Amino acid sequence: MTKVTMTVNGKAVSGDVEGRTLLVDFLRSDLRMTGTHVGCDTSQCGACVVHVDGAAVKACTMFAIEADGAAVGTIEGQANADGSLNVIQQAFQDHHGLQCGFCTPGMVMSAAALLQENPTPTEAEIREYLEGNICRCTGYHNIVKAIMAASGQDVSAIAAA
Amino acid sequence: MPKNSGIGASTKRREDLRFLKGQGHYTDDINTYGQATAVFVRSNVANGKINGIDISVAENMPGVLAIFTGADFVDVGGNPAGWLINSRDGTPMKEPKRPVLAHGKVRHVGDAYAAVVAETEKQARDAAEEIIADIEELPALVDMAAALKADHFVHDEIGTNQCFDWGWIEDNRAATDAAIKAAPHVTTLELVNNRLAPNALEPRCSTASYDQGTDAYTLHTTSQNPHLTRLLISAFVMGIPENKLTVIAPDVGGGFGSKIYHYGEEALVLAAAKKVGRPVKWTADRSEAFLTDAHGRDHVTKIELACEKDGSFIAFRTETLANVGAYLSNFSTVTPTFLHGTLMAGNYTVPHVYVNVKTVFTNTAPVDAYRGAGRPEATYSIERVIDMAARELGIDPVEMRRKNFVKPDQYPFASAAGLEYDSGNYDALMDKMETLADRGGFDARRRESEAKGLLRGFGVNAYIEACGIAPSNLIGVLGSRVGLYDAATVRVNATGNLSVMVGAHSHGQGHETVFPQIVGEMLGIDPLSIDIVHGDTSKIPFGMGTYGSRSLAVCGSAVVRATEKIIVKAKKIAAHMLEAAVDDLDFVDGQFTVKGTDSSVSFGEVALKAYIPHNFPIEDIEPGLEETAFYDPANFTYPSGAYACEVEVDTETGKVRIDRFTAVDDFGNVMNPMIVTGQVHGGLGQGIGQALLEKAQYDSDGQLLSASYMDYTMPRADDLPFYTVDHSCATPCTHNPLGVKGCGEAGAIGSPPTVVNAVIDALQSGGKNVIHIDMPLTPVRVWEAMNNA
Repeated sequence: MTKVTMTVNGKAVSGDVEGRTLLVDFLRSDLRMTGTHVGCDTSQCGACVVHVDGAAVKACTMFAIEADGAAVGTIEGQANADGSLNVIQQAFQDHHGLQCGFCTPGMVMSAAALLQENPTPTEAEIREYLEGNICRCTGYHNIVKAIMAASGQDVSAIAAA
Repeated sequence: MPKNSGIGASTKRREDLRFLKGQGHYTDDINTYGQATAVFVRSNVANGKINGIDISVAENMPGVLAIFTGADFVDVGGNPAGWLINSRDGTPMKEPKRPVLAHGKVRHVGDAYAAVVAETEKQARDAAEEIIADIEELPALVDMAAALKADHFVHDEIGTNQCFDWGWIEDNRAATDAAIKAAPHVTTLELVNNRLAPNALEPRCSTASYDQGTDAYTLHTTSQNPHLTRLLISAFVMGIPENKLTVIAPDVGGGFGSKIYHYGEEALVLAAAKKVGRPVKWTADRSEAFLTDAHGRDHVTKIELACEKDGSFIAFRTETLANVGAYLSNFSTVTPTFLHGTLMAGNYTVPHVYVNVKTVFTNTAPVDAYRGAGRPEATYSIERVIDMAARELGIDPVEMRRKNFVKPDQYPFASAAGLEYDSGNYDALMDKMETLADRGGFDARRRESEAKGLLRGFGVNAYIEACGIAPSNLIGVLGSRVGLYDAATVRVNATGNLSVMVGAHSHGQGHETVFPQIVGEMLGIDPLSIDIVHGDTSKIPFGMGTYGSRSLAVCGSAVVRATEKIIVKAKKIAAHMLEAAVDDLDFVDGQFTVKGTDSSVSFGEVALKAYIPHNFPIEDIEPGLEETAFYDPANFTYPSGAYACEVEVDTETGKVRIDRFTAVDDFGNVMNPMIVTGQVHGGLGQGIGQALLEKAQYDSDGQLLSASYMDYTMPRADDLPFYTVDHSCATPCTHNPLGVKGCGEAGAIGSPPTVVNAVIDALQSGGKNVIHIDMPLTPVRVWEAMNNA
């Protein structure tokens, strides 16, 4: 067992982990932060996307010990301080960008990373950026639309939802 | 009631708040004190005889609490098929037992033959690797036609690999044969409806606990229908009395059919929880999902369309082989039969229809209902062969369909495949589609594509489906072993807010938002004062759950009926409070008012009176304000639609790009347009995935080659376009109180033939004599078809 220390959503946390413990398992099992989801075992689906030192990372591709000393951000830390939805989360609700909600944490975290890199992405840029996030419910239409709206673009011309 | 929050409003979903903040409670998110973990040991061969299983090393591994094998479950029941189908000769289908764990034989890759329960998942996995099974590999039966001819069997005890040989409608067979023989034109198409993996993004998960003090079990599980799961476990498999088993399906991350069914893992964790005296959890990984979640489709079909030279339809005749896999999953026998054959008249006045379906056991995962369930297979066959016939006869594909449509003045219409359609207007849908898709501008767009060296095609489709399953009396005659009503309890609390307990289960459909819109409108109160309770058999009335686009049409109708009962009782209480006769009261906007006066009481005041019944006519009216209704539909509902797809095909690579997709649907009345549109989007994503990308592929040894997201092509954001969706051409359902039809599956039903028709149109326009390509239309398949043409 190895002791790891990191901040998660700004709060210092630590724990003893096996070398094979994945970051996503540390978050879900040790910290009981279950907002980050696991949808596959090949790092394809993106339900587990978190931010590690500001970069979007699939938490199933990283060992917990690799995140030692890092600043980790998860879906639980995305809302505004008063608990209200942040701009991206609000756009997902406004534009019905989620159905079952299982892929949603990863989608929101990926969208946040995208808008950090590219504040006004085109439709094509959004679709390309999301190639590592699978959604089975929405057909992506409203996810793409929500991210465009969150970036401040006028989405009224995109087919109504 | 706040404006724009009732029936027909695009109310934002309240459930989104918890999902967007990481506060959902999916089954794997729920952990119980003392919980142990189960891991399954699964066959890596498709067909094998189990000569022995050595657990001596594994059972002494660190943390191991118990090990189970098939021998532990020989005395419990099998997981049954929910529908008895008889063959054409009247003999009942073959029903080999589906055990909790494989015993004696393994029958598909992934078939579990042992399970380890340990303190932690890692310990369980480590121990599972030390279980040594002596499994003698036998030749795998994978191809359906070969399995029907084989002299060895998936289930030795039934002596055949055919489950049944079904004819629909058998009495129409001779007339259909004669009509086709005499027809001036017959178009024949052989096609494959590709096998799919449902891939709800949340893998299955089950956690069981057992309370020794009360001899009662609780099962948290990823289910679309907790009461059905409880019934199957109690009455058929484990024999646990229903009153000693609570099944809870909390937030569920998508279903698409795959979470309708009871699976052996649920029974295992229940048995394990009792044996080890601790809660036991099992969570599937994605590989297990691919190997063991019931797959969908997998039909090999020959369809013939007989018609006059002017394109008038005379007959459809279909022969289908349908794969049921290694075991009969719960709805596996109704999906290729009554959910498929009864739709084989489509939207058309065709006089003769005959369907023959032979179901085949193979050494593959079970196959069952997946989004659309039988209706996509019917629609694909019909709409592909019509397109081919139109091309052969030189008739415009839209006009050919219009010529044969059931017309608005023909309802109720008795189809040649045995259903009675209650309402529709297929020409109106086609008109709207042609406008929204700008069919008139297609030729110009084709020229632009050609200027870029690309082939552009326009594909159309008209579909009808049967939803809102189902009238219990009718399906009982047809072999169903259950009824398909649903139920709701409306509980008005003393302070005027409401809890509505429903049998339907929401795993993305938005019930928590939509059902309150309906009740709020009926009672004239704020929908936000109404909460939906679902998914917990200890809290909700006995309902059959969510599948077959039935939540609103069936459970929503129960909600309406229960709310109507609330109004009747509340009116009696109000009449007492106002010292008036019941018939003298109006109920408008949440106020009971004596007609022609300003004397009134609010719904909230009545609620309080019901629970604090001072000065209450206790001889005439019981205290409290709570009502339950069970609703059993009079008929199926019949959503219909007209779809258009435009594709560009790159002749150098065979790559197909969807440029635009238009879906015009008739869902009857629409309760929340935003949610309905989202349901169509999702269905389109899955249907386009089937058409272009997805296939669950076994090799000849029965190994699943596409058992991960590295190998099975899920639609991603850059595979799909923005869609144009319309549901303004509504003809309300005539037999349920809301006039609704169901929207959950339409997109997945209507889109595959639309896409394929578009690709064939594109290739034909480039002079390629390609008349059919089997799905998925991957670049290599399209390229090969072009270059072999």
